[in-house]
Amino acid sequence: MSETATAMSGEKARIGAPSIAGFTEEGENLSPVNETSSPIGGDAAKAHSHGPAASVPQASRGERPTSYDVEDFPALTGREEDWRFTPLKRLGALHKQAPTGAAPAVAADLSGGATVETAGMDDARVRSAGVPEDRVSALAWNAAAEATIVTVPAGAEGAAATLTIKGDSAEAAAQHLVVVAEPNSSAVVVLDHVGSAVLSQNVEIDVQEGARLTVISLQEWEDTAIHASSQQARIAKDAYFRHVTVSFGGDLVRMTPSARFAGPGAEAEMYGLYFADAGQHLEHRLLVDHAQPNCKSDVLYKGALQGENAHTVWVGDVLIRKNAEGTDSYEANRNLVLTDGTRSDSVPNLEIETGQIEGAGHASTTGRFNDEHLFYLMARGIDEKTARRLVVRGFLNEILQKIEDPQLEERLNETVESELAATEV
Amino acid sequence: MSTLEIKDLHVSIDTEQGTKEILKGVTLTIKTGETHAIMGPNGSGKSTLASTIAGHPRYNVTSGSILLDGEDVLEMGVDERARAGLFLAMQYPVEVPGVTMTNFLRTAKTAIDGEAPSLRHWTKDVKAAMENLKIDADFANRNVNEGFSGGEKKRVEILQMELFKPKFAILDETDSGLDVDALKVVSDGVNRASEQNEMGTLLITHYTRILRYIKPDFVHVFVDGRVAEQGGPELADQLEEEGYDRFLVKA
Ligand SMILES: Nc1ncnc2c1ncn2[C@@H]1O[C@H](COP(=O)(O)OP(=O)(O)OP(=O)(O)O)[C@@H](O)[C@H]1O
Ligand SMILES: [Mg+2]
Repeated sequence: MSETATAMSGEKARIGAPSIAGFTEEGENLSPVNETSSPIGGDAAKAHSHGPAASVPQASRGERPTSYDVEDFPALTGREEDWRFTPLKRLGALHKQAPTGAAPAVAADLSGGATVETAGMDDARVRSAGVPEDRVSALAWNAAAEATIVTVPAGAEGAAATLTIKGDSAEAAAQHLVVVAEPNSSAVVVLDHVGSAVLSQNVEIDVQEGARLTVISLQEWEDTAIHASSQQARIAKDAYFRHVTVSFGGDLVRMTPSARFAGPGAEAEMYGLYFADAGQHLEHRLLVDHAQPNCKSDVLYKGALQGENAHTVWVGDVLIRKNAEGTDSYEANRNLVLTDGTRSDSVPNLEIETGQIEGAGHASTTGRFNDEHLFYLMARGIDEKTARRLVVRGFLNEILQKIEDPQLEERLNETVESELAATEV
Repeated sequence: MSTLEIKDLHVSIDTEQGTKEILKGVTLTIKTGETHAIMGPNGSGKSTLASTIAGHPRYNVTSGSILLDGEDVLEMGVDERARAGLFLAMQYPVEVPGVTMTNFLRTAKTAIDGEAPSLRHWTKDVKAAMENLKIDADFANRNVNEGFSGGEKKRVEILQMELFKPKFAILDETDSGLDVDALKVVSDGVNRASEQNEMGTLLITHYTRILRYIKPDFVHVFVDGRVAEQGGPELADQLEEEGYDRFLVKA
């Protein structure tokens, strides 16, 4: 897209909502990347109206089909609600055919009782927490040769597993990972993506009763990588799940993390950080499915954009179903635009089917770092380089702090620094 | 003692209609410890003068000079000017996303002093200065100016002035939008800085009410990009009674 930065936000709360504490709404919807070529041209005309602008209307996020069978998903056109912002041409054919290349190598660093093993796709733990929600995911699910399974044993305290996933091929590949946090365990699992790959990934995360699990997915790919990753968590009764994505590298990264509550009294926090440079497409589509009563969720994604055609997409779907009384939920996306020529799409989407909730809110902001900010900081003696870093680091820090791992935080800080250094003019 | 000398300053800006000259020969000398008030009608170029001294890139100096103790200020970058001891309290302070006040104040102080302030003293100083200016403690955790009310922004400008201890402060309508209590609090801050640090002050204002608290040594009447008249504090009272008509007719 040749557009300059669009600083926009969107929302569509599909309720004739009575006033609910903490509920806010703002914004408007955005025009898709993949516009319809239909001469009737309904889409383009509707693109700026308040409501979904896709050509495939969908009543509710909850009704999106899921299946292990590829044939249940029609071929992608790019006009689907969930693909309208993704440049399919750059997806390395991951949406067209089964990715049959060798999966990136996985090296594990384990402590505190966590184990890792590989198992066949017929293992009982496969399919424990995920079902493909789109054709790309289904193709990879069926193409995966094996599953890498991380297990945190019941009752383990402070276990840790870092899986370094190193790509070294441009051949399209599928990968299947399963993380099982057994009852009342606590652990941090890091998925560290480096090198380059054309990868479609399914990650199943089974957070069992009373477990506390943090999964951190780092996309520190080289510039050429293409990465589609469906990371689905099933969260049992009284469990706590924190999911953190950090996307810096890659040509195209499309993450679709989801948290589905499978029992009451559970909590999910989903945080994300992304930094898009010239030409990069970084897309994050979240789902929090409150299908159980008395669960809590908090979503916060923050991103910075710089350079020509840096494009970020954030879509946050939060469903609060009829039986999810006592839900407390908040989601926010904040973008910081550092230069002209970028595009940032942000669509929070909150669907509430019950009024008996503690709170539900969402926010989306896109702010520009401009010359006046720079002047203000410099007029206080701060040199230009420091001023820029101050703003970006300050902005992203809120998420880095959620990682709660000083070493990892330090490393990511350095990445932010080098991102900033890379495009200084 | 330091001197800020502005000599025959001509400044223009680029507009869609072409170049527009705004300052048409401003000459003004301020010494540390002195307070100069600048009064003048809307659009006469007061903020232009202030921003030009601070080095805002929008303003082009076509001729004339600004010297700080003989050093050419126009040769300095925006940040260098601040480090050299110039401070501009802006008429419209901008909101800076992502940067907390705490982080901002510490970074700026470090830049201005050339070394990081001792953490213990600094925290105490910031706290005390905030209390003096009746700024709530939780402002420290908020982003710079983000969501601050008009009056709060002005107070935070003065907070910075007190903490950074400039040689010269230019206060561009810092009194506008302040309630009576805030006006007093802010004036006290300016008076403290000029007494304790021998700060020189260039006070741009439309109202004599602030001059009841901050006593100017000199008053300059600014009209159409020039100083049209100067005098002592009595000139301010005269302006309040007579307005600018006399100068405008002449202009
Ligand atoms: N970008 C611009 N394009 C056109 N004219 C401009 C621009 N910026 C400033 N000016 C003009 O320059 C003149 C001086 O403006 P300046 O802000 O310095 O006035 P001022 O004396 O501070 O006024 P006030 O008392 O209202 O604050 C005004 O006529 C203003 O309209
Ligand atoms: Mg002005």
